[in-house]
Amino acid sequence: MTTVSNGSTSTRWNAGVLSYKEMGYWRPDYEPSETDILAAFRITPQPGVDPEEAGAAVAGESSTATWTVVWTDRLTDHSRYQGKCYRVQQVPGNLEQWIAYIAYDLDLFEEGSIANMTSSIIGNVFGFKALKALRLEDLRIPVAYVKTFDGPPHGIVAEREMLNKYGRPLIGCTVKPKLGLSARNYGRVVYEGLRGGLDFTKDDENINSQPFMRWRERFLYCMEAVEHAQERTGEIKGHYMNVTGPSMEDMYERAEFAKELGSNIVMMDLTVGYTAMTSMSKWARRNGLLLHLHRAGHGTYTRQKSHGVSFRVIAKWCRLLGVDHIHAGTVVGKLEGDPNMVAGYYDTLRDDVIPVNPAHGIYFEQRWASMPGVMPVASGGIHAGQTHQLLHYLGEDVILQFGGGTIGHPMGIAAGAAANRVAVEAMIKARNEGCDVLGEGEQILRNAAKSSPELLAALDTWGSVTFDYESTDTPDVVATPS
Amino acid sequence: MITQGTFAQLPELDDSEIESQLRYAVGQGWAISIELTDDPHPRNLFWDLWGLPMFDLVDPAAALGEVRACREAFPRQYIKVNAFDARKGRETIALSFLVQRPPGDEPGFQLERQHGPGRTNRYTLKAYSSQQPHGDRYQ
Repeated sequence: MTTVSNGSTSTRWNAGVLSYKEMGYWRPDYEPSETDILAAFRITPQPGVDPEEAGAAVAGESSTATWTVVWTDRLTDHSRYQGKCYRVQQVPGNLEQWIAYIAYDLDLFEEGSIANMTSSIIGNVFGFKALKALRLEDLRIPVAYVKTFDGPPHGIVAEREMLNKYGRPLIGCTVKPKLGLSARNYGRVVYEGLRGGLDFTKDDENINSQPFMRWRERFLYCMEAVEHAQERTGEIKGHYMNVTGPSMEDMYERAEFAKELGSNIVMMDLTVGYTAMTSMSKWARRNGLLLHLHRAGHGTYTRQKSHGVSFRVIAKWCRLLGVDHIHAGTVVGKLEGDPNMVAGYYDTLRDDVIPVNPAHGIYFEQRWASMPGVMPVASGGIHAGQTHQLLHYLGEDVILQFGGGTIGHPMGIAAGAAANRVAVEAMIKARNEGCDVLGEGEQILRNAAKSSPELLAALDTWGSVTFDYESTDTPDVVATPS
Repeated sequence: MITQGTFAQLPELDDSEIESQLRYAVGQGWAISIELTDDPHPRNLFWDLWGLPMFDLVDPAAALGEVRACREAFPRQYIKVNAFDARKGRETIALSFLVQRPPGDEPGFQLERQHGPGRTNRYTLKAYSSQQPHGDRYQ
């Protein structure tokens, strides 16, 4: 049987099973249009499955296909609705894996709906038997689709103007222990941290409303702490009130209360799902509160290189549906994060145009058409002694969240906060003065510690702590040093 | 002590350190603005301008000269330097730091708690200094 590239042959519509390639999902001649959504999937076909057929199958199962020929396709302009696998490329140095590039027509997706996009692109297809593993590496969201989303309720620029804080990373801290504190004791940690020099404190992801501390009590004591710290410092402060709850009704109730108390920010967890996050984004935009997102649970599907969804895709979805903050890795802390991959996430969240960059895991150019940037949050096992590395890897538009690195300070929480603030300010000052912060970082910190006993104690306590483990998710391509 | 500005918790910058920061800002192509106030409330965003922002500066010493002139004219006010980045995607302040605090101890703020229903408080922050008329706030 001869098959032409668009799948229309005389036998194409005979009842029975036809390969996905023959059904028109393999289109090596297809030129993606500028309004197509493009996807790069890492595919690991079962032994004996032709990679082009596997790529076609992914295109089919993530768009119109079912396992057999159906005549009802002929009632539609079916080739438009078909996902089109236009290229498969073997992963360098890996005989089992290929990257399949697939184009989807814009009409496949509801405007402004991440839920709809994910139901197609990471829906049934991820259980498809002919593949051993499947990973969505990257998406190119066309400007035409970007413009159907609201994006961040405020974004980096509006947030800095709201807080009146410029020129340095923002500094935060997650209250620890994350579970068990009473509301009053919890508020004490918030107050000490903020008055010592933090910009923000944070509820952890699993602090919602438990028997030891109900949400309403927490909000009351945290707001008292925020206001009192503002009185002591003459500086705007905030506490991310976690409004994650069992239903949208609960989340709205909690968010409304945070607003009534005067909080400038609320937070939610990734576990609430794309539709709930979008609803909270609209709420935050309507009410003028910043919206923080904790990416709880993402590691279950982002971490393994062979199967799941890359975090850079999650980052794109969250920028589209609209959050002001998102946790995006620390490079040097306790959680997974190859420096090149993390650089790719940060660019994806903050920049307006992100060029193709295989060394950072970026498969497609992404244009955001002036959609505001999301402030990335670096959290998990970081301390003042790493400030030079944090500034080098993560830049200035970032929130550095030192949790244990604030609360575990030997002189107390406020001292821990002051140590972190002094370290960050000293590093920015030195960078602006022309110092090589990465090379001279330790000396810069030691010099700053001469007028800050708090920083000195922090360096003496944690100065040598590192988390040096190999990353599981690394780019296929390594940049050659120039 | 009021901790507003990029270097709020470091020791006060001396003039050569201020000039280094101005050099960095000028090198980035940022415009330099000098602003002053005797109302340091954290939500007082619009301080008085000391002239217009200085665009197209080449020599940071010129900006430092303006800082000194402003200090001389207003020795009892807060003075800060703002640097504006006009590049697309930012188009806001890129660096902002204090270059003068009024002499003496800052009297700070009063936090008023107006008790409301359900154990809520409505909070109001007032600078003690701003309870005096403009011009008489810092002696």
